[in-house]
Amino acid sequence: MSDKQQSVAFFRETMLPEQAPPATQRGIVKWLRENLFSGPINSIMTLIAIYFIYKIVSGAWPWFMNGVWTTSSLAECREVLQGSTGACFSVLTERWNQLLFGFKYPEDQYWRLLLAMVLLLVAVAPVLFAKVFPRKMLIFTGLYPFIAFWLIWGGTILTPIVALLGFVVGYLAFKKFEHQSFAMGMLAFVVGAAVTWIIGGYLTEAMSGFIALQEIPSRDLGGFVLNIILGTVCVSLSLPIGILLALGRQSSMPIIKWICVVFIEFIRGVPLITLLFVANVVLAYFLPPGTNFDLVLRVIIMITMFSSAYIAEVIRGGLAALPRGQYEAADSLGLDYAQATRLIIMPQALKISIPGIVNVAVGLFKDTTLVSVISMFDLVGMIRGPILASTEWNGVYWELWGFAVLLFFVVCYGISQYSQWLERQLATDHR
Amino acid sequence: MKKTVLLGAMTIAGLAAGAASAATMDDVKARGKLNCGVTTGLVGFAAPDANGEWDGFDVGVCRAVAAAVLGDPSAVEFVPTTGKTRFTALASGEIDMLARNTTWTFSRDVDLKFEFVGINYYDGQGFMVPKELGVSSAKELDGATVCIQTGTTTELNLADFFRANNISYEPVPIETNAEAQPLYLEGACDVYTTDASGLAATRAAFENPGDHVVLPEIISKEPLGPLVRHGDNEWGDVVRWTLNALIAAEELGVTSANIAELAAGTNNPEINRLLGTEGNLGEMLGLNADWAKMAIMAGGNYGELFETNIGENTPIGLSRGLNAQWTDGGLLYSPPFR
Repeated sequence: MSDKQQSVAFFRETMLPEQAPPATQRGIVKWLRENLFSGPINSIMTLIAIYFIYKIVSGAWPWFMNGVWTTSSLAECREVLQGSTGACFSVLTERWNQLLFGFKYPEDQYWRLLLAMVLLLVAVAPVLFAKVFPRKMLIFTGLYPFIAFWLIWGGTILTPIVALLGFVVGYLAFKKFEHQSFAMGMLAFVVGAAVTWIIGGYLTEAMSGFIALQEIPSRDLGGFVLNIILGTVCVSLSLPIGILLALGRQSSMPIIKWICVVFIEFIRGVPLITLLFVANVVLAYFLPPGTNFDLVLRVIIMITMFSSAYIAEVIRGGLAALPRGQYEAADSLGLDYAQATRLIIMPQALKISIPGIVNVAVGLFKDTTLVSVISMFDLVGMIRGPILASTEWNGVYWELWGFAVLLFFVVCYGISQYSQWLERQLATDHR
Repeated sequence: MKKTVLLGAMTIAGLAAGAASAATMDDVKARGKLNCGVTTGLVGFAAPDANGEWDGFDVGVCRAVAAAVLGDPSAVEFVPTTGKTRFTALASGEIDMLARNTTWTFSRDVDLKFEFVGINYYDGQGFMVPKELGVSSAKELDGATVCIQTGTTTELNLADFFRANNISYEPVPIETNAEAQPLYLEGACDVYTTDASGLAATRAAFENPGDHVVLPEIISKEPLGPLVRHGDNEWGDVVRWTLNALIAAEELGVTSANIAELAAGTNNPEINRLLGTEGNLGEMLGLNADWAKMAIMAGGNYGELFETNIGENTPIGLSRGLNAQWTDGGLLYSPPFR
């Protein structure tokens, strides 16, 4: 011991206290060094990027801060601003209702649209977050389309009730004949539903005032609500149709297979806008004047056809990605086609297809703005048409389009974030 | 089986459509509403205001026809159409008349089988350039980039004009007037060309209208007017004479302010015939005797409609020009009410 003391001038008997890492290796400095200034080229790029961000922000900042919110025309905005830079957000406040609800929906009925939108959230919640919300809420989801129809279009409450009853009667008939064969069951469903609807049709006509909301023709729908209605209806309809088409395309029965193939390939080979023109213009030639086969309905059919073809292809990709062993395992368990598809194939195929389906859904939601070309007043149609053509607001661009971008971004980004969350939830593989 | 039934039903429906369209007036009266095609929005000519009420010069014609036929200027269903859907909407019977500042041309009248019932605005295609460009005539525009709306007659006129003057240009195609404005202001094109009325409206919305000039050349004739389908002359007459009634009312000094007084009877027989206190002009059209009175009361006579919607006291600030009465050196000339 003492030897050591002589041979070594100094040695420590206790541990040094732990020290913080050097300033360059921690916190924000480290982050900056690693991410922004990790080499000469990256440093230069960072500086250039900062310069551009500064330019954009310093340019846009006064525009935002000087924004005018309370005037009633562009000319007044300019008077208030006295030549200085500034946005004229008054157009948003003055035309707020028009941007959201279109210009013809009666103002005292807006609550119906709002209620329908709120209930939409309630209805989709158990579908999107199956683990959080009780399964019983799915009953409401099933009823929602009928409630929403009544709220948005109005008329007597009997119409949606009869429509619902038709499905119920059809289902009961299906159950009764299902044991004979699936086809018999389907026939019973169709007959049961049709009979209910025909009888109910007379009933609703006779009692058109029964608990009736003011009837609103489809032409009066507009604004961002129209985009949401088209987007939601078409996505939710095209998903089951897309699944059927994808399964049909893989079917070994030639007629079903060829019908599905022709449908998918034809629709995918045609731009959506031409389908919309067909819906708006060409169909009108075949219908007698006066019989107003609802324009919104026509558009919904066309967009649904379009997106179901795309979704079918996405799901077919999911089906193709499943190993053959899964099909064989299902067969070896003695499951029939319907059971195997429902219990083994589809859950896996759909999980694989989620990103693709979400992609189609987001694209579809944005494509609903195309209806402005066939003179429907969705959000874009409202901006392009009535608002920019009014004498008060002729010449306001950035504010309006910025607002439209914001609305669409919020919704589409939300959808995309949800899909990523869902993928993580469903990830059963161990990576 | 089901399909054949459906197809059969559609065929019959199509035939019925052809038969039914022959009597537009009966349809309108039975419906209690006039379906009038307008633009999806054009400053001064047709646009819904903040309350969703349609307003404008073309809208005024629709309301006058509705007032003449149905006695109620608000009994109009305005069907917005774009440049691409307007003609099919009319041909298919979705609308009863189209008042969508549509240029009367030979091929539209003859080939598309429409009937232009008159002219409610004499327009012509002009050019607007920034003042700093220092151009004083359209013939100095060699090599210029030109913003132009696609699918309109202006596109064809432009090509004709530049070819006739042997100068070159580069077109920048755009969809609507609303898109042209920022493009032009940002300098994406040197020149913006459209109907002179549109140019005036566009320029009026600029922050500094004085920095831009409208060149003196008017390179085309653009007579804009309402139109109906071929083959229903009774209905065509109703729309034609409603428009003429508005024009004649201005010439005769009948305004929405003094019409109640004049309708009691005047010394001027033409006014009396127009307002239905003499003769049976309304009966000949299949309308009430006071049809023209109702039409004029809807929004005033032609001059009043012009002043309130696009005249010199509005932001658009158009002067009457060619659209003055023939007695004032313009082209408006209604045939006599006799």
